[in-house]
Amino acid sequence: MQLKTKHLLGLENVSSSDIQSILDTAVSFKQVLERPIKKVPTLQGKTVVNLFYENSTRTRISFELAEKRLSADSVNFSVSGSSVSKGETFKDTVRNIEAMKVDMIVVRHGSAGVPQYLTKISDSVVINAGDGIHEHPTQALLDMYSIREKLGKLEGLKVCIVGDIAHSRVALSNIFGLQAMGAEVSVCGPATLIPRNIGDLGVKVIHNIDEAIQENDVLNILRIQLERKARAAFPSTREYHKYYGITKERMEKNKKDVLLLHPGPINRGVEISSEMADGEHQIILEQVTNGVAVRMAILYLLGTRQGEDN
Amino acid sequence: MQTLLKNLRIIDTTLNIDQKADILIDNGLIEKIGTDIEVNDWNVDIHDLSGCIAAPGFIDIHVHLREPGREDEETVVSGCMGAAAGGFTAIASMPNTDPAADAAEIIESIITKSEKTPVDVYPIGAATIERKGEVLAPIGELVEAGAVAFSDDGVAIKTAGILRRVMEYASMYNAPVIEHCEDESMAGGSMNEGFNSTRFGLTAIPPIAEELTVARDIMMAEYTGAKVHIAHISTAKAVQLVREGKAKGIKVTAEVTPHHFTLTDDSLADYDTNFKMNPPLRTKDDVAAMIEGLRDGTIDCIASDHAPHSIEEKEMEFEYAPNGILGLETTLGLTLNNLYHQGVLSIPQIVEKLVVNPRNILGIPVPVIREGEKANLTIFDPEKEYKVRVAGFKSKSRNSPFDGHTLKGAPVAIFNKGKLVLSQVSG
Ligand SMILES: [Zn+2]
Repeated sequence: MQLKTKHLLGLENVSSSDIQSILDTAVSFKQVLERPIKKVPTLQGKTVVNLFYENSTRTRISFELAEKRLSADSVNFSVSGSSVSKGETFKDTVRNIEAMKVDMIVVRHGSAGVPQYLTKISDSVVINAGDGIHEHPTQALLDMYSIREKLGKLEGLKVCIVGDIAHSRVALSNIFGLQAMGAEVSVCGPATLIPRNIGDLGVKVIHNIDEAIQENDVLNILRIQLERKARAAFPSTREYHKYYGITKERMEKNKKDVLLLHPGPINRGVEISSEMADGEHQIILEQVTNGVAVRMAILYLLGTRQGEDN
Repeated sequence: MQTLLKNLRIIDTTLNIDQKADILIDNGLIEKIGTDIEVNDWNVDIHDLSGCIAAPGFIDIHVHLREPGREDEETVVSGCMGAAAGGFTAIASMPNTDPAADAAEIIESIITKSEKTPVDVYPIGAATIERKGEVLAPIGELVEAGAVAFSDDGVAIKTAGILRRVMEYASMYNAPVIEHCEDESMAGGSMNEGFNSTRFGLTAIPPIAEELTVARDIMMAEYTGAKVHIAHISTAKAVQLVREGKAKGIKVTAEVTPHHFTLTDDSLADYDTNFKMNPPLRTKDDVAAMIEGLRDGTIDCIASDHAPHSIEEKEMEFEYAPNGILGLETTLGLTLNNLYHQGVLSIPQIVEKLVVNPRNILGIPVPVIREGEKANLTIFDPEKEYKVRVAGFKSKSRNSPFDGHTLKGAPVAIFNKGKLVLSQVSG
């Protein structure tokens, strides 16, 4: 299963056959994770650097575990704040890392486009672990894996992404990936949290959560950002919860069996009630397990890929 | 010292001239214009310029010299050399230096430093102290020192209240107020808001941030009777607002940059910071509106918004990189390539947009090509094809998105202050 893409920068330009390959490969890695010895020698001798410019313990640990289980040598390089405040430029940092002879770089950065930029200044295979409010392709792939595992398919499913679409990197990757796999994607949230031009991506915009529940097979509930800038876009978390929060009453009222995903970390009582976050519809912790398997698949497929075309 | 420029096509729209002739210059003055001028003196510097056009010297009225403050990026002298290489005999410098050009000494020092160069510099003074939008700059003193217009460029004049005062005060001197139109409360993004900003995940500046300020400024110009000049206009609606303002007889003028009439925000797909500027690149509908505005005269002139930045500053994560690109050494090429050769503007119309209108906006004399006048000329070859080579620029900086582009139409030389300066842009 040779991937067409050389790097994983985002899902916008990744073909459905590549996505299919990643999801299928992840199935066998998930089986590895269920064995007593959860390790395979597939990436022995390869060096992976986790270059994190943002503190994201979950994503980093998920990658780290995936790398270790593939027997790659992995190193964490965390930088707090931007390169501007740190003194060393991003380019110099990357050159230093490359001088240590690495094969792959997993990069997380607060500024959109950094993974693309990285491919221009480095020879390593680049995996985007989240860039600004642009894309977070591995999260979307694990979301898609989890949906497929639970519902048996992606094609023809109706999936709604709920919440802060405007400040989310997860939303865009999910939209591109799900659409490539033939799902029908909509977004739901207050108007101020939805980008003005999102409709141009072929996405339906819904402002009423009950409608979103009734119309869809899956709700992917995004974390409501509590940072100042994002917070200024809606009146209060109380009001958000009142009109968009996923609660037991709301689910019962709509009498609908909907699969609930959440990329974490959860704000209990804001985008989802505690009861629902631990309830039967959700697969939040399975997503975390699947995250390791999907990242193993991506690292394996890109790390062992032959040829230069992309 | 005599210079003989042979076989030119002379185009001067002020004098309504379009003729083939030679120009003999003696001591910086046009001695003779005529066909087949013969000289026997071996001392005369003779240039055969067959295929070239001579027009009165071009002026770029939107140039960021980085002196004082960032002389590593551009100085008055290096900016002037870039201007000369790009075919300009004059520039107007923006006041957002560090410190800002809000004091007579800074205006005087810019003029003094430019005197040794072949280019005339007309400084634009800050409209308010430190460009902060709170206290009026000493506009009278700045005019006396040589300032020709007032602007807080980089930002719009902060409030309607201070804008009114700047306009009222500046209009006593008949000086225009040049506005960078961007509503502060909607500013701060790194590209145009639209389909592409959604796809690229970049923070965005909505077009309405520009249009709101254009509307405010036109209304204030009507109210005060002052002259307002809209710098680097970039959205279709903003052009329409200017068109309507002009139709009402309001004293509003506008300029467009070559990048806003050639490029769209599709160029940002690679997150190359050389495409990051403010106002940002817009959509193809906006580019079409720029072309239409140039064609119907709504947009009076072309100006580069030449904004040098160091390599270190531009080789950066996209959202952290500063706004702005070089323009002095590509403006003429892009204008000829994209406007003349595309049939948008004729050569005389281009001369209007790069010679006559910009000087009328600033209220400064327009040079003419006539015997007895000072020789102030731009010579260019509209048919010459070449590759833009940023490494050869005279500017101190290198931040141009046009490196490697093939253009048709090149500056060849300028003549000003008694000197012929050959261009190496297309060299
Ligand atoms: Zn400006």
